[in-house]
Amino acid sequence: MSELYTYAVARVRAMEDSLFSDGIIEQLINCKDERQALTFLEEKGWGSGDGNPDAEVMLQKEEEKTWSFIDELGIDKKIFDVYTLPKCFHNLKAAIKAVGLNKEDAQFFYEDEHYGQTEMLQIIREKSYEDLPEMMREVASEGYEAFMQTGDGQLLDVIIDRATLEAILEAGKKTKEPLIESYAETTVAVANIKIAVRSEATKKNLGFVERALAPCKTLDVTALAKATQINRDAIIDYLSGTIYKEGGEALAESASVFERWCDNQMIATIAGEKYNPFTIGPVFAYVIARQNEIKTVRIILSGIRNDLPEKEIRERVRRMYV
Amino acid sequence: MNGLTWALLGAMLAVILAGCGSALGVGLAGQAAAGVVTEDPSKFVKVLVLQLLPGTQGIYGLLIGFIALSKIGLLGGGAADISKGTGMMIFAACLPIAIVGLISAYHQGKTSVASIGIIAKKPDQFGKAMLFPAMVETYAILALLISFMAVSAIPV
Repeated sequence: MSELYTYAVARVRAMEDSLFSDGIIEQLINCKDERQALTFLEEKGWGSGDGNPDAEVMLQKEEEKTWSFIDELGIDKKIFDVYTLPKCFHNLKAAIKAVGLNKEDAQFFYEDEHYGQTEMLQIIREKSYEDLPEMMREVASEGYEAFMQTGDGQLLDVIIDRATLEAILEAGKKTKEPLIESYAETTVAVANIKIAVRSEATKKNLGFVERALAPCKTLDVTALAKATQINRDAIIDYLSGTIYKEGGEALAESASVFERWCDNQMIATIAGEKYNPFTIGPVFAYVIARQNEIKTVRIILSGIRNDLPEKEIRERVRRMYV
Repeated sequence: MNGLTWALLGAMLAVILAGCGSALGVGLAGQAAAGVVTEDPSKFVKVLVLQLLPGTQGIYGLLIGFIALSKIGLLGGGAADISKGTGMMIFAACLPIAIVGLISAYHQGKTSVASIGIIAKKPDQFGKAMLFPAMVETYAILALLISFMAVSAIPV
């Protein structure tokens, strides 16, 4: 079975050569303005190559290129559920808010082949939850009822976000691929840490935090929730006894360093796949690396556009896969 | 089973098992080679060499098969009258290349896949990349030597 993806992995190996290294990212940061940065990206093969680059169109195009590559390989997209589920759950949340507030154009929706804006709005409007994937049905109904009764957007966020994290863990387990399971675990653990940090900053009560955190193997969410009731240092203290010690150190430094650590943690999880010639792992890692690359370029372009000092842009730049 | 059947079975196993191993290895490396060439056709020659490496075991098996068949006279048109003991000796002599051929070709194929990954990213490292699957070849050659010496030494 491990040889099932030999062709796909070989194509990925060839494609990895075109991923941005830290050196190229450095060159991008050094661009004087957005125009120069976009021209630089176009020279590297980004966008449609029409000579008239636009940042959003270019980033969208790169996203499409990644998924069209996966389509070409004929790989079952269910493998990528751990990555795509949050967007699907976000659309559910947006649809409930849009229908509940009767403002269907006010929410942001991710594009999705099956559960995009139109489909999700129709499902929520008609309460036809059976049209949703099984893992979303119950939470859709619970979230809708809670939002309609209380009008509390934050409560809806907690319900849907917790379900998202649980669905990610479940999707990871279903693939039976150690890398994907490990990625799912890291995703959920990092999300839990982010929730804890935000809850501490906004002084949320213990019940709220416990409801928001999703149990996972590498964190004791009860201890983490208790730490949020003390102060930020207590969270850092708790993290120092876990494998996310560096996350605590990043948190102590600044919010942007912590955000960067969160993304770098994902890249660290997939880093070993650069040397694995078999299994779906390298293909999955490539998709994550591409997303990380697109995200990093978006951060840099936004920094350049807003005249941020180079030092501040660098602080936000993520570690590259290659 | 008489002696001739035992000897024939040995020759067949040498060809079948070593050939299957090579087919698996070359097939596996071929998938990886196709993947690299899809993205960069200029690497065709380099990946082709790596794909072919696991193919040698099949040739070794064929060679021992020929020698064994020749030994028992089946290639010359007249089968030799050999005892059961001699037939079993020829059978045993064919086993090293049959078994080692099967296993080494499969693993050489996997190593070739990994080396094709090197070519995909660093084509200038072709020499080093070729050495890794070539190491596996050593054991197929050792088995070939023993099978060859044993089959040749059995008096018929």
